[in-house]
Amino acid sequence: MFSDFDFDVIARSARYLLVDGLGFTLTLTALATAGGVVFGTLLALARLSSLPLLPRVAGLYVNVLRSLPLVLVIFWFYFLVPYIGQWTTGASRPIQVGAFWSALITFTLFEAAYFCEIIRAGIQSIPRGQIAAGQALGLTYAQVTTTIVLPQAFRTMLPVLLTQTIVLFQDTSLVYVISITDLLGAAAKVAQRDGRLVEMYLFAAAIYFVISLTASLLVKRLQARIAIIR
Amino acid sequence: MNYNWNWGIFFQPSPEGAGTYLGMLVTGLQWTVVTALCSWALAFTLGSIVGIVRTLPQAWARRLGDAYVELFRNIPVLVQMFLWFFVLPELLPQAAGMWVKQLPNAPFWTAVVCLGFFTSARVAEQVRAGILALSRGQSMAGLALGLTRAQTYRHVLLPMAYRIVMPPLTSEFLNNLKNTSVALTIGLLELTARARAIQEFSFQVFEAFTAATVVYLLINLVVVGAMSLLERRLRVPGFIMAK
Repeated sequence: MFSDFDFDVIARSARYLLVDGLGFTLTLTALATAGGVVFGTLLALARLSSLPLLPRVAGLYVNVLRSLPLVLVIFWFYFLVPYIGQWTTGASRPIQVGAFWSALITFTLFEAAYFCEIIRAGIQSIPRGQIAAGQALGLTYAQVTTTIVLPQAFRTMLPVLLTQTIVLFQDTSLVYVISITDLLGAAAKVAQRDGRLVEMYLFAAAIYFVISLTASLLVKRLQARIAIIR
Repeated sequence: MNYNWNWGIFFQPSPEGAGTYLGMLVTGLQWTVVTALCSWALAFTLGSIVGIVRTLPQAWARRLGDAYVELFRNIPVLVQMFLWFFVLPELLPQAAGMWVKQLPNAPFWTAVVCLGFFTSARVAEQVRAGILALSRGQSMAGLALGLTRAQTYRHVLLPMAYRIVMPPLTSEFLNNLKNTSVALTIGLLELTARARAIQEFSFQVFEAFTAATVVYLLINLVVVGAMSLLERRLRVPGFIMAK
C-alpha cells in the first residue's frame, strides 16, 4: 500500500511547504490571535458595560458570528472588505486589499467573538468586591479595568485562550477556499502539480497534528502549574 | 457604495435549467440538514462508545480512547476532509479504492464519515466529562446491587451523564452543522456552496450571502429552542441542571 510512496516529493517541496506555507499559517495565527484578543476584550467590556444599548450591540455581534460557519464568513469578508475600504476612504472604486489582508481581517473579527466569550467568563469570575474596593479607593473605571480586572481575568483564562489559539491555528486552513498559499494551500498546489495527493496531504496532516498536539500538551502542563499557584 | 442591489434575484430562473435561484438555496439547505443529521448520528454513536471507553477501569482501554480523541482533534477538519476524499481511496486495495471513488454522491458520504469521526472526538470528551461529573458512589452502588458494569452504565450512569452534558452537546451539534460547509471543498452542494454559486452566476454576492446568513441564524434559533425544550422535558426532579 505504501510501495509507491514518494518521499522525494516531500523532500523537494519541504522548503516551500514549511517556509512559505507554514510561515503564512503561523503569521496569520499570531496576528489574528493578537487582534482577536484585543477586539475580543473590547467586546467583552462592551457586553458587561452598564451603558444603554452597548451590551445589546456587542451581544448581537458575538451571537451572529458564532452562529455562522467560518467558510461563509471568509467569503463574506472576501467580497465585503473592498467595499468597506471604499466607503471608509471615500475612494471612487472598491479597494482591492489582497487575500492576506482579507484573511487577517476576517480571522480577527471572527475569532474576536470567541475570545470575547472566554474573556467575559474570566471577568465574571472575579469577585465583585474587588471592583467595589477599587472604586472605593477612588480609581476610575479605566484604572479598575486595566489594573485589577483584566490582569486576573487573563491569568484565569490563559489556558482556555491558548486552547482557542490552537483552534484558530487549525481554522486558518480554511483560507484554502479563497486560494491562499498557507500550509494546506501549498500542499494542495504541489499535490496537484506533481500528482502526489497522498504524500502531500499526509505530510500536511502530520505537521498540523504535531504542532497542535505539542501545543495542547504544553497548555495542559501550564494549566496544572497555574492550578497549583492559585 | 456603487453596488447594484437586486433582491428580486431569488425569483429569477437559475442558469442550471429548472428552478429559480431560491430553489438553489433550498436544495442547498436540504443537503446541509441531511449531512448534519447523518454525520451527527455517526458522531453521537462513536463518541458515546469512545467516551464510555475512556471511563473504564482498564488503563489500556482508556489510553486507546485518549489516542482516538487526540488523533481527530489535532488535525484541521478541512485536512481530514481531504484525507478521506483524496487519500483513503488510494491507500485501499485497488478494487475497494475504485468502488469508493465511483460511489454515487461521493462528496456526501465522505462528508458524513469525515464529520462523523471529527465530531465524535468532541462528543467523546463531553460524554466522558458527564460520566466523571457523577460521584464515584453511583457506579459503586450499581455494582454493589449486583448489576454488571454494562448495566451500571446503561441504567445508572449514562441517563444522568447525558442530561448533564446536554448544553455542550447542543453546541457540538451546531458546530457539526456549521462544519458541513467545509464539505464544499470536496464538491458537496450545501448551503454555503449554493450561495457562492449564485454569486458566481449572477454577481449578486451580498444578496446571496445575506440569504445564507439568515438561514443559518434561523437554524441556530430553532435548534437552541428545541434543545432547551427537550432539556426541560427530561429534567430529573431533585437535580439542578447546569444552565
